[in-house]
Amino acid sequence: MDAKTGFFYLFSVVLLYAAFRVISARNPVHAVLHLMLAFSQAAGLWLLLKAEFLAITLVLVYLGAVMVLFLFVVMMLDIDVEGMRKGFWKHFPLAATIGALIAFEMALVLMGGFRGIEEPKTVAAAVDAAGNGVVVSNAKELGKLMYTQYLYPVEIAAVILLVAMIAAIALTLRSRKDSKFINPADQIRVRAADRMKVVKMTATQQAPEPAAGQAESEEKKA
Amino acid sequence: MTPTLGHFLTLGAMLFALAVVGIFMNRRNLIVLLMAIELMLLGVNMNFVAFSHYLGDMHGQVFVFFILTVAAAESAIGLAILVLLFRNRSNIDAESLDALRG
Repeated sequence: MDAKTGFFYLFSVVLLYAAFRVISARNPVHAVLHLMLAFSQAAGLWLLLKAEFLAITLVLVYLGAVMVLFLFVVMMLDIDVEGMRKGFWKHFPLAATIGALIAFEMALVLMGGFRGIEEPKTVAAAVDAAGNGVVVSNAKELGKLMYTQYLYPVEIAAVILLVAMIAAIALTLRSRKDSKFINPADQIRVRAADRMKVVKMTATQQAPEPAAGQAESEEKKA
Repeated sequence: MTPTLGHFLTLGAMLFALAVVGIFMNRRNLIVLLMAIELMLLGVNMNFVAFSHYLGDMHGQVFVFFILTVAAAESAIGLAILVLLFRNRSNIDAESLDALRG
């Protein structure tokens, strides 16, 4: 039993434990943290399978971005955990039976069906002019494929990400009714005439005519 | 017992089965449903990477790359919908989403 075998079983056991805790954790934050553990173990397994680029991508994209997004949402929402878990154990016997059946049958077929393939084939048999095997970098091979043969799918994937970003923002954007803000478009479009209005009127105002009786009384005083 | 292709495929299948069990048991909690879907995708990706390694074909890894992209987009939109749902109903109970009387 070499180191690779040992690591395979270690990563597998921790991965399955973490996956089980994800579905059975009482606290959703614990579920997210166990999901992070599960993804990191999967990255380790992919390293054993010599898919280094994907393993690092899994760590960066999933542990770094998607799981943090999950954590943010879980902490933002006020979830009624006890109400959610009503009927949790009621479904357990059926669910466990079905899950065990799926796993057992798949294991039976997969362990038997691929008995011929024991040793991994080297990727794309890179041989130089002298006939010696060349060490090929996983990232380099993947990059070559992605930017030649899979160029259009990569661009479509980029568009999918853009659509997802716009959709997520558009879904959660809301304008508050009570906030005081200035519309920048109106602000730019404003003209001087809208700001100040010149009212034409005579420079001096006519003094009002004094009432006749009042004028007479003033004369008498004088 | 050195790991063979069958071992990795069985691991993927077990992950998938665990995620199915999770969907069965957490039918009310939408956020755990989303996490179970992520686990399912991880199991599928495990199959792709294992086949890619043992059959010596890089195309499987390119496919995993695209699955990761779509899964990230899916979880972002799913979480946005979840936030919207919570804002409107102030819970995320999937059983109470019966406005369409389905």
